[in-house]
Amino acid sequence: MKSIDRFLKFPGQREAKLGYLLVLPAVVLILTLVAYPFVLAVYWSLTDKVVGRPPHFVGLRNFIELFHSRIFLRTARNSFVYTFSAVSLKFILGMGMALVLNQRFRGRNLLRGLYLLPWIVPMAISGVAWIWMYDSVFGVINYLIKMARISDTGWPWLANSTLAMIAVIVANVWRGTPFFGISMLAGLQAIPTELYEAAEVDGAGKLSKFFNITMPQLRHIILIVTLFSTIWTFADFETVYVITRGGPANTTHLFATLSYQIGLVAGQLGKGTAISLFIFPVLLLMMFLELKYVRRTI
Amino acid sequence: MDEVKRNKTLVKNIFLLYFPLLFLGIFFLFPFFWMAITSIKPDRELYNLAQSPFVVKAPTLEHFTYLFTKMPFLTWMRNSFIVAGCSTLVSLAIGSLAGYSVARLRFPGASAIGMGIFITYLVPRTLLFLPLAHVLRSLGLANSVVSLVVTYPTFLVPFCTWILMGYFATIPKEIEECAIIDGCSRMGAFVKIVLPLATPGIIAAGVFAFTLSWTEFVYALSFIQLESQKVLTVGVVGQLVKGDVFLWGSLMATALMASIPLAVIYGVLQRHFISGLTAGAVKY
Repeated sequence: MKSIDRFLKFPGQREAKLGYLLVLPAVVLILTLVAYPFVLAVYWSLTDKVVGRPPHFVGLRNFIELFHSRIFLRTARNSFVYTFSAVSLKFILGMGMALVLNQRFRGRNLLRGLYLLPWIVPMAISGVAWIWMYDSVFGVINYLIKMARISDTGWPWLANSTLAMIAVIVANVWRGTPFFGISMLAGLQAIPTELYEAAEVDGAGKLSKFFNITMPQLRHIILIVTLFSTIWTFADFETVYVITRGGPANTTHLFATLSYQIGLVAGQLGKGTAISLFIFPVLLLMMFLELKYVRRTI
Repeated sequence: MDEVKRNKTLVKNIFLLYFPLLFLGIFFLFPFFWMAITSIKPDRELYNLAQSPFVVKAPTLEHFTYLFTKMPFLTWMRNSFIVAGCSTLVSLAIGSLAGYSVARLRFPGASAIGMGIFITYLVPRTLLFLPLAHVLRSLGLANSVVSLVVTYPTFLVPFCTWILMGYFATIPKEIEECAIIDGCSRMGAFVKIVLPLATPGIIAAGVFAFTLSWTEFVYALSFIQLESQKVLTVGVVGQLVKGDVFLWGSLMATALMASIPLAVIYGVLQRHFISGLTAGAVKY
């Protein structure tokens, strides 16, 4: 005890001990339930692990087989198309939503609240509603298409690969736009009005003000929100699982849903984890960009 | 001149305000409206192609009756509350301790640990769910809501830590130092002074954590197969695989009922929710 007392003479030491102690629960939690499973996933991806049987090391065989799988290649393409389309649309619609809500009008807070509902309600629940809306025969979307005379019979939304991709992208955009909108609205509201006033004095028009003041001021928020959304969208599971389950005929799978089907349903943990690891490079890239641009938050 | 100006403003408002608001309103709220209409429409009207889907001739409560009597809906709801409530409390506790430590206390590696906790938030569950399912099964925690209460903090704690760090940092150090000079211990100052001052942050983090827990799906689907332990999101989706026939009336009634608790909580605590959502993004 004497030697410890010697160290405790410096107040910094006591503070350090407390510091470590307080972060301990968080660190233990993360090490056991995040870091360890992650390492386990990487290990399994290099083995032939199947549920109930011990794993044997097979090197990169799983990955090589995946690259020869048509379904996997389709899935990879889907993941990128899905993410790129959905995030772009969410950004544009969200920006529009923020700009509109930034104006002062009666009932603004109420509307702002209502517009967040798609984000609040679990995608699993609203996904069920989307299936019903997309129903080929009784669905309201086809009803409206027929009413608008765009088509006589409506379209086979969930039975056609391309249409099904569009269907899940729309559902994802519907769900995610409020997140963009509300965050960018907060950003807009933080821009000092003096900047606009000064620009007006100099004769700046609406577009000029938008591109020279609004966008640069929003840069930080846009970066954060877009990076978060890209990660979430790329790793998305619910939307596709609930609405198409990866169908028709495995053509709308994303990495997450394919990994679930192969790893959990079929029990092929080696292949399943290999698939899910493809989410990682994009994640790493996003993490790197996040750290680079969001550094000042920590 | 005034009248021309007023008309110009009106036209401008129609294009830049009313029309977009209407468009967004319809886009965001239509699915819920549709859930509601379908849930009160009797089967013979739902599947009657000759009738407009927007018209309900004889509204009925039969779907809701079905939902409450033939589905373990209340069980699922109870499970969701248990999971979301416990996860939120655990995460707030762990997160506030960690957040205080990183924001206030100086020790080597503090910012690295803070960064590490933050990074964890970015690791997707769809990457971890396979090994986690296995780990939980070998721990005997599978098929129980406990599995969720244990794993949800992995993505809730980083977020809570991040938000609370921000709030703690805005509390002037002098207040704590005064208390310590008066004989209060560090932890005492934390509990009696810092926490009460950070209450808005705690509520914001708590509301957001509760929402994230309630809406979580991958872990809930992967770890629990037992019907009596399922949470709401998984239970509702599970109904889709019951045989060949989809009972859309009751499915929509279920979806509507499942949306309500969160919508109510959100309606009451909207301000806190939005501040939680934007806290990290805007505060810096």
